Amino acid sequence: MAISKALTVNGQQVEISIDDPDIPLLYALRENLGLHGPRFGCGLGQCGACTVHIDGKAVRSCVTPLSALKPGNEVVTLEGLGSPQNPHPLQKAFIVEQAAQCGYCINGMIMEAAAFLAANKGKELSAVEIKQALAKNLCRCGTHARIVRAIQRV
Amino acid sequence: MTDILIPSRREVLKAGSLVVAFSLTGGAGTAFAQQQKVAVPAALAKSLILTEVDSFLTIDADGAVTVYSGKVDLGTGVKTALTQIVADELDVPMSSVRIVQGDTLTTPDQGPTFGSVSIQIGGMQIRNAAALARAALLEAAAKRLNAKQEELGIENGVVTSLTGQVTFGQLIGGKTFNLKVDHTKPPPWKDAKAYKHVGTSVARLDIPDKVTGRFTYMHDVRVPGMLHGRVVRPPAIGAELKTVDEASIKAIPGIVKVVREGNFLGVVAQSEWSAIRAARDLKATWSEWKGLPEQAKLFEYVRATKVAKDEVTGNIGNTAEAMAKDGVKKLAATYDFAIHTHGSIGPSCAIAEFEDGKLTSWSASQMTHSLQKQLAKMLALPVDNVRCIYVEGSGCYGRNGHEDAAADAAILAKAVGKPVRVQWSRADEHGWDPKGPPTLIDMRAALDGADMVAWESEFFIPQQTPNMFLVPLMAATLSGLPADETIAPGNIFQNSNIPYKFPNIKAVCHRLETTPLRPSWIRTPGRMQNTYANECFMDELAAVAGEDPIAFRRKVLDPADKRGREVLDRVAQLAKWESRASPKPGASGDVVTGRGVSYCKYELVRTYIAVVAEVEVTKSTGAIRVTKFHVAHDCGQIINPDGLRNQIEGNVIQTVSRTLIEEVKFSRSAVTSLDWASYPILTFPEVPEIVIYLIDRPSEKPWGAGEPSAAVVPSAISNAVFDATGVRLRSVPFTPDKVKTAMRGAA
Repeated sequence: MAISKALTVNGQQVEISIDDPDIPLLYALRENLGLHGPRFGCGLGQCGACTVHIDGKAVRSCVTPLSALKPGNEVVTLEGLGSPQNPHPLQKAFIVEQAAQCGYCINGMIMEAAAFLAANKGKELSAVEIKQALAKNLCRCGTHARIVRAIQRV
Repeated sequence: MTDILIPSRREVLKAGSLVVAFSLTGGAGTAFAQQQKVAVPAALAKSLILTEVDSFLTIDADGAVTVYSGKVDLGTGVKTALTQIVADELDVPMSSVRIVQGDTLTTPDQGPTFGSVSIQIGGMQIRNAAALARAALLEAAAKRLNAKQEELGIENGVVTSLTGQVTFGQLIGGKTFNLKVDHTKPPPWKDAKAYKHVGTSVARLDIPDKVTGRFTYMHDVRVPGMLHGRVVRPPAIGAELKTVDEASIKAIPGIVKVVREGNFLGVVAQSEWSAIRAARDLKATWSEWKGLPEQAKLFEYVRATKVAKDEVTGNIGNTAEAMAKDGVKKLAATYDFAIHTHGSIGPSCAIAEFEDGKLTSWSASQMTHSLQKQLAKMLALPVDNVRCIYVEGSGCYGRNGHEDAAADAAILAKAVGKPVRVQWSRADEHGWDPKGPPTLIDMRAALDGADMVAWESEFFIPQQTPNMFLVPLMAATLSGLPADETIAPGNIFQNSNIPYKFPNIKAVCHRLETTPLRPSWIRTPGRMQNTYANECFMDELAAVAGEDPIAFRRKVLDPADKRGREVLDRVAQLAKWESRASPKPGASGDVVTGRGVSYCKYELVRTYIAVVAEVEVTKSTGAIRVTKFHVAHDCGQIINPDGLRNQIEGNVIQTVSRTLIEEVKFSRSAVTSLDWASYPILTFPEVPEIVIYLIDRPSEKPWGAGEPSAAVVPSAISNAVFDATGVRLRSVPFTPDKVKTAMRGAA
């Protein structure tokens, strides 16, 4: 039976129709809302490709049941961070450093890094700290060095 | 924050409210798929043969250039590089060039996107077509402008004479060139000095969309009326499906059909989440099957596997005689290299749609033209009734699961009469993509003093069906539908022979009848495993000879091979190489460091690479940390230096991961490393620093770069560990346990 669920995504209030209250947030974002930023990688919370922000914190949307979202929770996806015309400073830095190959993991890299930088505002972050912050985000193409350089730019 | 939910934007406006209910089918992906299908009528008459300029490019009345490339961008930046090549050769702005990739209806079959030849072969075929097109346009412009060709200038698609000008669009717009192109006798290309884009680090065209969530990956494509499918793979590779309890998923909403065909089992549902739940919960019983060898005895199994044929890849002098001579010092060693999985971050995904008995298949296949034939065979359709369209997916490093997902989707779509999207799970991908086969190598050599006199190598590697680079489709095999009876690990004999010269050399590949898991090619197939054994063994010989490993190699490197010598010299400079023998003297303490060199001439005919690895080994734990890689790289003319660096960095990092960590685990029944916990890959804190020296040769042909620098990584690491510890690692992956065992053996 279809259930209605209200969400705040990228600053917009939306209402979606689902048939399982525990559907992972990833599918609500991708299938119901047609967003392409968060990506399916493992469905196990192991790779980070699906990362979004909930109230500013980086969360694995593939293992976050929609039922865990509380009214008023603000979900932000890669699309909500910035656009090609008006990119977020991190997105801009990733373009400057050409920090992508296939780019499938990049959603997670940027969302994880954005939350990490926001939580450490004003602090001088070393490459080692950045690498540690991204230790649970997997990249198979081997773009790591560029990703770290891009984050260091911001 | 206004234009955020892009696909929904119109619906938001239509509804006149910010709170709307969204449909299940996405917006942008749907538009993408439709746009591709709309392109069909105009393309129907298009030439596809490799010897026609019209097969590769068209120019419309507005001067827009469409390039049709059979080679596809697997996330390597090839699309940008091809755009650079065409813009330069034709004299048009890069912004006028659009690349269509891997569509069997519109792009010529330039072969699968494998083997590091997208630029070297695919790109040069396109460059040939562009050069001929430009010459024809110049000739036509001379007539139109009533001027001599020498008086004409071309810039940005406009031909200018002293008195007038004409655009490419006016000259050819919408018409065909009707020109032959002979790729064996290429037309003259522009002088490299005249290139504006080639040789420069043009920013990748796809990255802005990729970092802002606007890029349409295969996984984002939606077709109107599309349903979602998932496969239910057997618990054992050869198990027979006995019973299916459809009632077990009755409670899940939106189930359309349970599809059973032989041992192929799948579910189709209205939504992806329902399909996932159904695949997870569907109860089925299968027969037992335990046909895999015991993993602990894998290499005994490999050695005992029946040899289909022997391929001699190197044979100079008489090695047996040379080794039997008195006074020579003989050395023997055996190397092995584990089974690897591709490990794309996004599991395989495909959509299939039947209309009027014709199949359209969207996938991220690296070989849509081959897939077209395979799907046609499986479904007993005429090849022309199958159209395969490439859409970029997650990084692809060889023949992974894309083609299999396409076959799954085709069977499911046929069964339900509606378009079906199949998204593999992580376990489907890790468990069922074809694997890089296990490799076993025996080495023997003889030294006379410090000089190489004889070398014998034997490689135990699965056979390759001649000229059939077709990995059997999993769905065809499981369903019992017509399947290719091929075994296709790729050209894994390559680099079994060595790039060195001395009097007695013999290299033999024992091509085995079979290998435990369905094989395919993974980045640098064979070249990596073979170079690993060859370059480690060279290092072993240098150590026995008591010589510096670079000096030892230089002694046997063909003096005429100047480019080979140069990469070795460059990497020595780059790494501030100190000339001495390994192991490093005076090492003490628990944490020791070392350096190791490796050299490769890719397939013995192209790209040259030399690397120096620096490692840190903690003796008590057996942990290896690769701290730094120095790379000297010569692939001839460089199209995009930054793009090339990106590829080299990727090769090094991915191969450090494969060398230190990766190994597919299996029971007697099936693969058991089904996720990133059981098949871990390198993470950020473990990534080495990489220093690259590019040798650009603008007046030479461009060679491949997507694989060659991976070939030298495992051997460089093994050699560096030996330098640090005096212990030789001969079994990839170099896990802490193996390191500790090797050190105990040496103590």
